[in-house]
Amino acid sequence: MLNSAKDQPTLISLEDVQKWYGAFHALKSISLSVRKGEKIVLCGPSGSGKSTLIRCINALETIEEGKIVVEGQVLDGSTKSVDAIRREVGMVFQSFNLFPHMTVLQNCTLAPMRVRGTSHTDAERLARKYLERVRILDQAEKYPAQLSGGQQQRVAIARALCMEPKVMLFDEPTSALDPEMVKEVLDTMIGLARDGMTMICVTHEMGFARQVADRVIFMASGEIVEEAEPEVFFKSPKHQRTKTFLGEILAHH
Amino acid sequence: MGPIGENEFFFLMQGLRWTVLLAIVGFIGGGIFGILIALLRTSKTKVARTITAGYIGVFQGTPLLMQLFVVYYGVALLGFEVNAWIAVAIAFTLHASAFLGEIWRGSIEAVPKGQTEAANALGLHYVSRMKDVILPQALKISMPATIGFLVQLIKGTSLAAIVGFIELTRAGYIISNQTYRPLLVFGIVGAIYFIICWPLSYAGSGLEKRMAKAAR
Repeated sequence: MLNSAKDQPTLISLEDVQKWYGAFHALKSISLSVRKGEKIVLCGPSGSGKSTLIRCINALETIEEGKIVVEGQVLDGSTKSVDAIRREVGMVFQSFNLFPHMTVLQNCTLAPMRVRGTSHTDAERLARKYLERVRILDQAEKYPAQLSGGQQQRVAIARALCMEPKVMLFDEPTSALDPEMVKEVLDTMIGLARDGMTMICVTHEMGFARQVADRVIFMASGEIVEEAEPEVFFKSPKHQRTKTFLGEILAHH
Repeated sequence: MGPIGENEFFFLMQGLRWTVLLAIVGFIGGGIFGILIALLRTSKTKVARTITAGYIGVFQGTPLLMQLFVVYYGVALLGFEVNAWIAVAIAFTLHASAFLGEIWRGSIEAVPKGQTEAANALGLHYVSRMKDVILPQALKISMPATIGFLVQLIKGTSLAAIVGFIELTRAGYIISNQTYRPLLVFGIVGAIYFIICWPLSYAGSGLEKRMAKAAR
């Protein structure tokens, strides 16, 4: 743990969230509260609902039941609430999803200009600041296809940061990367964590979890099975499913 | 048999002017309405999707010649006094908008879903999401098919002759009747169409190859 988030106010809360895809019950009574500055790592087997969970927080997925509150704003499906929440929540995807027809700089300036009404000059200043922070400013004029996977993912992080979000969601940010590029992305994320960003990361990078997470949450079949501080989580998992999962994951690392 | 001299050639060129103008008007008009059709066709509103699907179905499922007739005589029946030029321009615009709308619908849907998600996650609204993110990529994807349709449209303008329009093919027909040299005249007419259409087709397939290479 890098800093204690124990006394901080709650930034995100999920109460009894239910989500179905047709007959498939994807999220079962999920309740979770995240304090300002907290870093949470979500892990679990594929299909366990961890990506779905974080995608519900910024309304990329709709929920059938339950309540999601981000910074006092209840997500009720209205355009207003969705807009308000998306302004505060940044997201990084497994497949980067950079806009291929725009330069790195344009990728970063688009949303501040269109959503926040930032002037072109200010948006560029902001973009350069965050590109510098992810150490990729020298590639600002290039197009995404000219960059490596790791570089693209760092640009994606900078692009999300340009909206100056209060929370960052990471959806398996290193899963699509070649092994030698994983570290540069993780280092960037560790840097963000050190600066106090509130983060929810879906990842199987257990080294990262050990290093920065305040809590590790294990999900299986749409449920939160176990959550604990990393020390406890890795040393003495309580549930059999957690043990099995950790056995499989750590065997590969 | 009469000779094919300067006058005859000039007459053909006047026909060509109409052919090109009709194609340009059809393409621009069809392009503007086509974008609208494509956006409605991919919208969240079911009514909009159904109506535009019907519109596309009607114009793709009937001959262009019939569409020209219907607009030409239909507009007159409604009591409007329009010249052939306006009627034909309307018909080509409607026809092109249906085909381009369908081509562009496909291209919009071919843009990876992650692009929409990233735009949404950044808080971009529909207009910006479409204008800044989706349409530029969709139009690029659609280029080979769009150029292909433009070639069809240029050749399709010959049907405007049926409502009394003296475009390239009709001009050729008239000259051929005057000179009794149909083979020569239509050989020239065909060559003119080819000179316009072939470079477009060539550019289209070149673009397609380049894009296939870039996608690898």
